[in-house]
Amino acid sequence: MDVVDLLIRFGLGLLVISLVMGVCMYSVLAERKVSSWIQGRVGPNRTTVPLIGAIPILGPFLTRLGIFQPLADGGKFLFKEDVVPAHVHKFYYVLAPIIAFIPALVTISVVPFGQYVDAATGTVKTLILANVDVGILLVFAVASLGVYSIIIAGWASNSKYPFLGGIRASAQMISYELAMTLSVVPVFMWVNAPGTEGTLSLVRVVDAQADWWFVLTQPVAAVVFLIALFAETNRLPFDMPESETDLVSGYHTEYSSFKFGFFFVGEYANMTVGACVTALVFFGGWHPLPFVTWADLAAWTGQAWMTTGVVGALLSIGTFVLKAFFFLFFFIWVRWTVPRFRYDQVMRIGWKGLLPVAIANLIAYALIIAAWDRWVS
Amino acid sequence: MAVKVIERKPLSWAERTYLPQILSGLRITFRNMFKPKVTVEYPEERPPIPVGYRGVPTLVRDPEGREKCVSCQLCEFVCPPKAIRITPGEIPEESQYAHVEKAPKEFEIDMLRCIYCGLCQEVCPEEAIFLQNTYSVTGTSRAEFVNNKQKLYEIGGTLPDKHFKWEKKRRAAEHGNAH
Ligand code: SF4
Ligand code: SF4
Repeated sequence: MDVVDLLIRFGLGLLVISLVMGVCMYSVLAERKVSSWIQGRVGPNRTTVPLIGAIPILGPFLTRLGIFQPLADGGKFLFKEDVVPAHVHKFYYVLAPIIAFIPALVTISVVPFGQYVDAATGTVKTLILANVDVGILLVFAVASLGVYSIIIAGWASNSKYPFLGGIRASAQMISYELAMTLSVVPVFMWVNAPGTEGTLSLVRVVDAQADWWFVLTQPVAAVVFLIALFAETNRLPFDMPESETDLVSGYHTEYSSFKFGFFFVGEYANMTVGACVTALVFFGGWHPLPFVTWADLAAWTGQAWMTTGVVGALLSIGTFVLKAFFFLFFFIWVRWTVPRFRYDQVMRIGWKGLLPVAIANLIAYALIIAAWDRWVS
Repeated sequence: MAVKVIERKPLSWAERTYLPQILSGLRITFRNMFKPKVTVEYPEERPPIPVGYRGVPTLVRDPEGREKCVSCQLCEFVCPPKAIRITPGEIPEESQYAHVEKAPKEFEIDMLRCIYCGLCQEVCPEEAIFLQNTYSVTGTSRAEFVNNKQKLYEIGGTLPDKHFKWEKKRRAAEHGNAH
């Protein structure tokens, strides 16, 4: 790997990170807008910037949409007084918010964004930062590190509410991690048919969904995965660690200004990765419709440009991003619909509901796949 | 009273998974997103003020432009939080309203104390003090929240008066039968 190659990779990495950060900022805005629409309000519609805001029709339109609000929000976090309470454990107190979004940024590196056919060589290229063979395993392994930030924050804050929040977070993570991982095992059993090279790569999962999306063949797994994902990202109805009503603000009660911002953005970064993984594993990644891929479309219409070069890349990225955005919206939508569960209910759903369902699902699909391999194919 | 016992049905299997309920909830919130908004965009849009609204207490003049308050101080005494302070004064001899004897020299209502109860309006025998539509009171110092007489008349203005009590009284005094 020479220097130029390294530089290109570095640049791509920075690009992806800044894109993810941008998506995070705007999902905060989306959160505020969607919540206000659902509640019959208008939402942020005042913030504006001098030059763009002055463009006749476009400026006021963007302002009313709240497009500039994230800038103001970010600026506020940056310039607010950063209070470090006297009773905290300084080192871990500062460490926690940093850990909060490192996992999200690491896992995004194994998320493929799209595919295109290189016209010169005729090979299929995948747009991904690191096409490693352990994709989903890395996602799960690193994403579960995120809970450390919550536990450390809760412990280092050295006060009751954050501590309770941290404890709840760890219990919740452990409970739902199991169901989540078990729910994707059947998917990978399906992908790794006997005789093929074994893989846990997310690219191969998408390739395997050219006809049947896994949400159609394994709906139970998809539902379990989605529910567990809500718990893993601490989104309502599972936002136990935060639960404003009984824990003030949970693990980030003692945090202010930019450190709080880190937690905040971290939550949305995790959501973004979660939405991407859901779209990839169960909803066909960059395939536009079940049974229809861009390659099929290109073959039917005889328009080769649909899969090749820049246009092909943009089309498949666009499909994938649309799906990911839909799931981001879904996260927000659910948050403003469903009330928070009580702590004991969360535990009950996790251990007595999701886990048995996930295990039953795993066994059922193991039998089905075995039978399929033996008699059908 | 007849008691109607409603049997609590056991939850069906689908209901216990909770998922159909969430789906119908999602449908409701989704529909809500496209309904007209219920909020007003405050500084530009103002909410309609209902009749009988109790806003900031003000002093009013009668249609002749004369101040109606006679400084009887009833409102000062009735005011529960003691928000009103009146300094009575005399109406000078040469004024055409001299038959009224008294008028407030200074009249202050402390809006940091006022609880908008409306008792002053109710007690006033001269219909001189009214709680009107102003509802937004802002300021940057305590002193700014004390409305003095000039300010009270400014925001009060003139209200229609059906009785013309003082006009009648003046005519009676001129014709020599002062009650
Ligand atoms: S409204 Fe009530 S509190 Fe306010 S000045 Fe009148 S009597 Fe006093
Ligand atoms: S406002 Fe009415 S009650 Fe108060 S002093 Fe004047 S006349 Fe009397």
